[in-house]
Amino acid sequence: MDERLKKIQEKIREKSKELLSKKRVDLIIGFSNWTLPLRTTPVFIRTPEGTESLIWNSFCENNLATYIHKFNRFRVGIVVKGCDARSLTALSLEKRFNPDGIFLIGVPCQRMVDRRKVARAVKGEIIRVEERGEELLVEGEEFKTVLEKRDFLYPSCQVCIHRTPSQAHFLADDPVEEFPLVETHPEVDVFEKKPPEERWRYFESETSRCIRCYACRQVCPMCYCTECFVECLRPKWIEGGLNPQDLQFYHIVRAYHQTGRCSGCGACERACPMDIPLTYLTQKLNQDVKELFGFEVGLDSKTPPPLSTYEVEDKGDFIK
Amino acid sequence: MMLRLDKRDFKKFLEDLMEEFDLYAPASLVEGVSVFKKIDNPEEVNLTPTLTQKPAKETFFPQSEPMFNYKTEGHKSQMKSLDEIKRERILLGARPCDIEAISIIEKVFLSEPYTDVYFLEKRKKTTLIGLGCNQPLSTCFCTSAGGGPFLRMGSDIFLIDLGGAYSVELLTEKGRLFGKNRFLKEALPEDKRQIKELEKRAFEKIGVSIPVDGIEKRLDLMTESSFWDRVHEKCVGCRICTYLCPTCHCFDIVDEGDHARGQRVRNWDSCLSSLYSLETSGHNPRPTTRERVRQRLMHKFNYFPKIFNRVACVGCGRCIQYCPVHFDIRQAIIWTSSKRPSELKT
Repeated sequence: MDERLKKIQEKIREKSKELLSKKRVDLIIGFSNWTLPLRTTPVFIRTPEGTESLIWNSFCENNLATYIHKFNRFRVGIVVKGCDARSLTALSLEKRFNPDGIFLIGVPCQRMVDRRKVARAVKGEIIRVEERGEELLVEGEEFKTVLEKRDFLYPSCQVCIHRTPSQAHFLADDPVEEFPLVETHPEVDVFEKKPPEERWRYFESETSRCIRCYACRQVCPMCYCTECFVECLRPKWIEGGLNPQDLQFYHIVRAYHQTGRCSGCGACERACPMDIPLTYLTQKLNQDVKELFGFEVGLDSKTPPPLSTYEVEDKGDFIK
Repeated sequence: MMLRLDKRDFKKFLEDLMEEFDLYAPASLVEGVSVFKKIDNPEEVNLTPTLTQKPAKETFFPQSEPMFNYKTEGHKSQMKSLDEIKRERILLGARPCDIEAISIIEKVFLSEPYTDVYFLEKRKKTTLIGLGCNQPLSTCFCTSAGGGPFLRMGSDIFLIDLGGAYSVELLTEKGRLFGKNRFLKEALPEDKRQIKELEKRAFEKIGVSIPVDGIEKRLDLMTESSFWDRVHEKCVGCRICTYLCPTCHCFDIVDEGDHARGQRVRNWDSCLSSLYSLETSGHNPRPTTRERVRQRLMHKFNYFPKIFNRVACVGCGRCIQYCPVHFDIRQAIIWTSSKRPSELKT
C-alpha cells in the first residue's frame, strides 16, 4: 500500500479512537473497505475498537457531509476531503447543524480515482486493485495491468484547488500544494465551445438516459429539502414519467439550485447508474459565480452564497 | 431440440425475427451502459455485457406506461384503452436471472383474480430467448437464490455462446415454432460437451455461499430487531436498487392532463422514497431509511415468500454493483443469520 495513504489512514484511526475514547463524539463517519475492489463504503463507528476498520485510499469518493442531515442530533466526527469540508461549511451557513457538535477529521486529498474509467480501460471484471504511489495495479482473472493514477482521476478532482480541508479541526497529514491538473473542467471546456444548439442536443441526449432514481440528489449534501420540487404534488411542477422535457426540467432545476452552494465534489455524477455527466453543469455555474461575484463555496463560514442573500444596495446590472 | 446458429448469420437471423416481431434486446446507450430496448437495427444488439443496467422486466412492465387516454369536447368524451400491443414480441438475450425475475413478478401481475391486462397482453405475446452466463460477475449469487447461470426454466429458446456460434435450444411449443428458421443448423456432436464445461465453470465461479435458504423464518423474528438500526445507516434513500432490481415491481398511478385531454400513466415507484409511504394526513409510517430499508428487505425475503413461496430476489447483483454507497445485499442476508446483529458493522 502507498506510504502516504497508509500514514493518513493511521492518523484517521488514531484520532477517531481518541475522540470516541474521550467521548468527544458519539460516532465517527468514515470510510471502510467492503466487498468490491475500486470501492469503499461509508461506516458509522461508535466504539474505539471499531476504528480499526477505517481506511483511506483513492476510492473514498463519497461526500460524507451528506450524512450530517441524518446524524445532526449527534456529536459527529467526520472524515472529510477538501470538497466535503466545504460542503459542511456551506451547510453550517444554512444552519443545518450545530457547528459545536461536529469534529472534522480532514484529509489533504490526493484526488480520487474514477472507478468506471478504470473499469473501461480493461477487458473483464476487476477483482483486485492496489495503489502504489502514482500507479494502480489492476488485476482480473485473466489480466494484470499497471495504470497511471493521473490518467484516471475524476474530472472534478482534476480541477480541484481546495484539496486541503483548511476548516478541519484536525489534519491527517500536512497540507498539500494547491494546483489544478487542468485549467478548466474538461467537460465544461468542451461544452462551452459548442454552439448553443449543440449544447442543447448534448444536454438532451445525456439526460435522456435518466431513470429518475434521484441518486444525484440523494448523495448531494446540499439537496436536503423536506419536499423536493419533483415530489411536490401541489402545485405539481413535473410529471413522474420519462418524458424528455420532465427529465430535462429536473436536471436543469437540480443544477440551478446548486448555484453558489455546490462544492464541486462530484458525488452526483459518481452516483449516477446511467453514467450521465452532471458536473459540467454545476461546475459551469461555479465558474460563473466565481467570475460574477468572486465567490467560492465554503471557504469561510461567514459569507453567504451570493444567490442566497441580498443587500439593499445590490445593483441589478449583472442581470442583462 | 438443440440447434446451432453461426455468429456470422446472427444479424441476418435477427433481421428475420424483426420481420415478424418487435425485437427487444440489450443495447448499449453509451459505453458501459446498456438496457433492454426495442431494436430498430440488428447492429444495436449487444450481448456482451453480463448484465444490463436496467433489467429485462421493462419489456413487460415499462418504467412509465400510459394505460388509457381521454379527451372531451363539449358534453362528449372519449376514452381509449392502451393495453393492446400490435405486434408479437421477442425478448432476446435476457440472462437466466432476468427470466427468472419475470416469472416472479408474473406471480403478482398475473395471479387470479386480479390479472393485470397490461402485463398479460405483453407477456402472452412475447417469446423469451434466454442467454446462458458464461462469465458471471463476482456479485452474482443466483445459485444461492434459487436460480443458476444456465437455468433454462422460463425461456422458450435458450442461447449459449460457444465462441463462433450460439447453441440454440428450443424448449417450448412457442420456441419450437422457430425451428424452421433458415439460419438454424443442426448442433455439432461436441456442442454438448462444450456446454457442460461452460456450465461447470460458471457454477464453480459463483458457488453457493449466501444463506438465502431459511431467511423467511429468520426474518419472522426480526421486525423490531436492532439489526435494522445499523443496516440502513449508509442508505441515502435513492431508488437505484429498486429501479435496477429485476423483481421490484411497485408502481404509482397518476393522471396527467386536464379536463379536455390527458392520460392515466403507471410509473415505477420505490419503497426507498419518502413519498412512497407518505399519507394524506402528512404522517409517514416509514419516516426514515431504517423503515424503508427494512421494508425492501422484508418484502423480498419475508412477505413475498409467505404469499408466493419464493424470495423476490434472483441474485443478479445489480443493487450491489450500482449502489452509490456500496450497500451489499449479500452481506445483509448473511447478517440475518448472525447471532449478534447489534454488533454489526454496516
